[in-house]
Amino acid sequence: MAQVSMTVNGKTASGEVEGRTLLSSFLRDTLKLTGTHVGCDTSQCGACVVHVDGVAVKSCTMLAAEADGADVATIEGQANADGSLNVIQQAFQDHHGLQCGFCTPGMVMSAAALLKENPKPSEGEVRAYLEGNICRCTGYHNIVKAIMAASGQDVSAIAAE
Amino acid sequence: MPKDGGIGASSKRREDVRFLTGVGNYTDDINMHGQAHVFFLRSDVAHGTLTTVDTSAAADMPGVVQIFTGADFEAVGGMPCGWQVTDKHGEVMQEPRHPVLAHGKVRHVGEPIAAVVAETLEQARDAAEAIVVDIAELPAVMDMKAAVAEGAPKVHDDLTSNLCYDWGFVEENKDAVNKAFEEAAHVTTLELVNNRLVANPMEPRVAVGDYSRGTDEHTLFTTSQNPHVIRLLMGAFVLGIPEHKLRVVSPDVGGGFGTKIFHYQEEAFCTFAAKACNRPVKWTSSRTEAFMSDAHGRDHVTKIELALDADNNFTALRTDTYANMGAYLSTFAPSVPTWLHGTLMAGNYKTPLIYVNVKAVFTNTVPVDAYRGAGRPEATFQLERVVDKAARELGVDPIALRRQNFITEFPYATPVAVEYDTGDYHATMDKLEEMIDLPGFAARRKASEAKGKLRGLGVNCYIEACGIAPSNLVGQLGARAGLYESATVRVNATGGLVVMTGSHSHGQGHETSFAQVVAEMIGIDESMIEIVHGDTSKVPMGMGTYGSRSIAVGGSAMVRATEKIINKAKKIASHLLEASESDIELKDGAFSVAGTDKSVAWGDVTLAAYVPHNYPLEDIEPGLEETAFYDPSNFTYPSGAYACEVEVDPETGKVTIESFAAADDFGNIINPMIVTGQVHGGIAQGIGQALLENCAYDENGQLLSASYMDYAMPRADDLPMFDVDHSCQTPCTHNPLGVKGCGEAGAIGSPPAVVNAVVDALRSAGKEVTHIDMPLSPDRVWAAMQ
Repeated sequence: MAQVSMTVNGKTASGEVEGRTLLSSFLRDTLKLTGTHVGCDTSQCGACVVHVDGVAVKSCTMLAAEADGADVATIEGQANADGSLNVIQQAFQDHHGLQCGFCTPGMVMSAAALLKENPKPSEGEVRAYLEGNICRCTGYHNIVKAIMAASGQDVSAIAAE
Repeated sequence: MPKDGGIGASSKRREDVRFLTGVGNYTDDINMHGQAHVFFLRSDVAHGTLTTVDTSAAADMPGVVQIFTGADFEAVGGMPCGWQVTDKHGEVMQEPRHPVLAHGKVRHVGEPIAAVVAETLEQARDAAEAIVVDIAELPAVMDMKAAVAEGAPKVHDDLTSNLCYDWGFVEENKDAVNKAFEEAAHVTTLELVNNRLVANPMEPRVAVGDYSRGTDEHTLFTTSQNPHVIRLLMGAFVLGIPEHKLRVVSPDVGGGFGTKIFHYQEEAFCTFAAKACNRPVKWTSSRTEAFMSDAHGRDHVTKIELALDADNNFTALRTDTYANMGAYLSTFAPSVPTWLHGTLMAGNYKTPLIYVNVKAVFTNTVPVDAYRGAGRPEATFQLERVVDKAARELGVDPIALRRQNFITEFPYATPVAVEYDTGDYHATMDKLEEMIDLPGFAARRKASEAKGKLRGLGVNCYIEACGIAPSNLVGQLGARAGLYESATVRVNATGGLVVMTGSHSHGQGHETSFAQVVAEMIGIDESMIEIVHGDTSKVPMGMGTYGSRSIAVGGSAMVRATEKIINKAKKIASHLLEASESDIELKDGAFSVAGTDKSVAWGDVTLAAYVPHNYPLEDIEPGLEETAFYDPSNFTYPSGAYACEVEVDPETGKVTIESFAAADDFGNIINPMIVTGQVHGGIAQGIGQALLENCAYDENGQLLSASYMDYAMPRADDLPMFDVDHSCQTPCTHNPLGVKGCGEAGAIGSPPAVVNAVVDALRSAGKEVTHIDMPLSPDRVWAAMQ
């Protein structure tokens, strides 16, 4: 067992981990931040995406020990300071970009990373970027629309609702 | 009209806020004090005799609490099947025992052999590696037709064969159907496979068992679409726990698509082990476990024949299907290829004579059961493919051939036992033609050809049956359950409402749309209404959510309960207003006396119900809480017309979806935004089936597609934006909301559109292709062109 310490959503967090403990397990089981979800065993689904030092990472692919000293951001820290939904979260609600909600934390975190590197992505760029985030409910239509809307683009031409 | 919504408003979903901020409450988020973890050691061979299961070394491993094997479950019941099909000879189906943990034999890769309960999951997994298992391998039964041949190895030694049942429907029509084929001017025949799929909700299944020694009460938290059904099946048939000592909770559930309907061994195990170990026991499925333990879907092999007269009228239809049951009967498996498939074979057409034969077969594979659409996609796919093929053989326009044979008068009794109450198939086809710019297709095809691509257009119709019912009818058909729904409306003293529904929401947005209905009926804001579901200790006995039944059946129960509330509230209001009850009107959340300006607010009436100082105690009881059970008198019949345009790269066989349009008739609609989203998701799963997804086994029964590296889930860049319309509305005539249900339509209507489009594209290049089996992966399409 080893002691790890990191900043999670702006607060210091530490705990004991085994060498094999994944960052996703540390967040969920030790820190009780259960908003980060695990949907597969092969780093394909993207439900577990968090930001580590500002970069989108599948937290099931990273050992907790590797994140020692890092600055980690999860879905729990995304809302505005007053608790209201941030621009991306609000766009997901406005455009019905989620149904069961299980892939949603990873989608929101990936969307935030995308918009940071590409503030006005085209539809094709959004779809390509989401290659590592699987949603089984929405058919992606409304997720893509929500992300484009969150980037400030006019999505009214994209089919209704 | 409520200020913030009501029926017909695209109210934003209230549940989104917790999902978007990471504070949903999914089953895996639940951790109990003192909880142990279970890891299941699963069979890595498809078929064999268990000669050794030695847990002695594993039992001494660090952290191990207890190890269980099949022997520990000999005294409890097997996993029950909820539907008994009677075959064409009047014999009931063969129904093998399905043990909680394998005993004697293993019958599919993934079948649990032993369960290790330990302090941590890692310790449980480590200990499982120390269990010694010897399996004497037997030949795997994989091919359905070979499985029912004379002398085939048997999946179950105590059954007479691998044939579960041989079902004929409608048996009395068989001779007339055969005669019609002899007299037909043209017969179109098509043999096809409806590929095996895995539902793959993004949340893997989870079960947490808990036991209170002091009160002898069991609690199971589980990722179920229908917690009451699990309580009944597990309590009554597996573990012998009375319902009043068993609570089943399904909180936020991350998608279901059918595969979370069924009662699974892991649920029974965790409930059993929590008592045996005297501590909570938790299991969380990995994705690979999900692939080899969640019930699969589809997997039909079918020959369909369509008879037409000289004027191209459909005169008869005959189908012959082999349906894979897998190694055991999952909860509702027998109903899927029979009553959910055969009854839909008329489709949108007035074919007068239909005969459906289905042979259900045991194989050494994961059990197969309902997956989004369940039987109806299989029916629609074969029918809409054979109609398309007939049009090509006859040299007529496929849309015109469909229109010529449309049912146009309602109610319409089909020759396959169901009666469609409403529909307008020309209207949805008219809408579709408007949406897809049909006249412009030739130019679009030319443009594609200029790029070296082949362009195809596929069109089809669908009909589906939702809100399965009524209970007395399905009982005659073999259901071992009722198919009503329940709702309790509890009005609080200060006017807010809690509605407890037996339906379950796992992505469908019931917390929003159900509140819209009650808000509309009373004339109060949606924010005053809370929807509660998924906990057998809170909600009256309900049947859960599947088969697009929630608004049609659960919504109807809620309407009935709310009507009772309104009736009682009017009595209270009439007392407060000193007016005749018949003069009381409810509008915008206030009760008024007709023709006067006297009124009393909703909140004053609800307060009076609980503080009954000025109250007609001699006539009515205090309180304002009502329950209703609604048993539907018929199915509902959504329908529609779908179109897909594809481009095929002739060099590689790669298919891209250029556009997809859906014109649906769902009857009345509560929340258009949610309905549209349901259609999007259904279409994505249908396109997934048509182009990408395939659950593959090798001839030895090894599951080849047990991860997202191998099973091609549709991803964002595989799909286009969808054009969805539901302005054609023929309301259901037999439920109070006039609603039909929309959850499965997309998955039912879309696969034939895609395949029809690809065949059309290849034929535009002069390829004599009549059919390609799904998924239409590049290699299959390329091979078909050679």
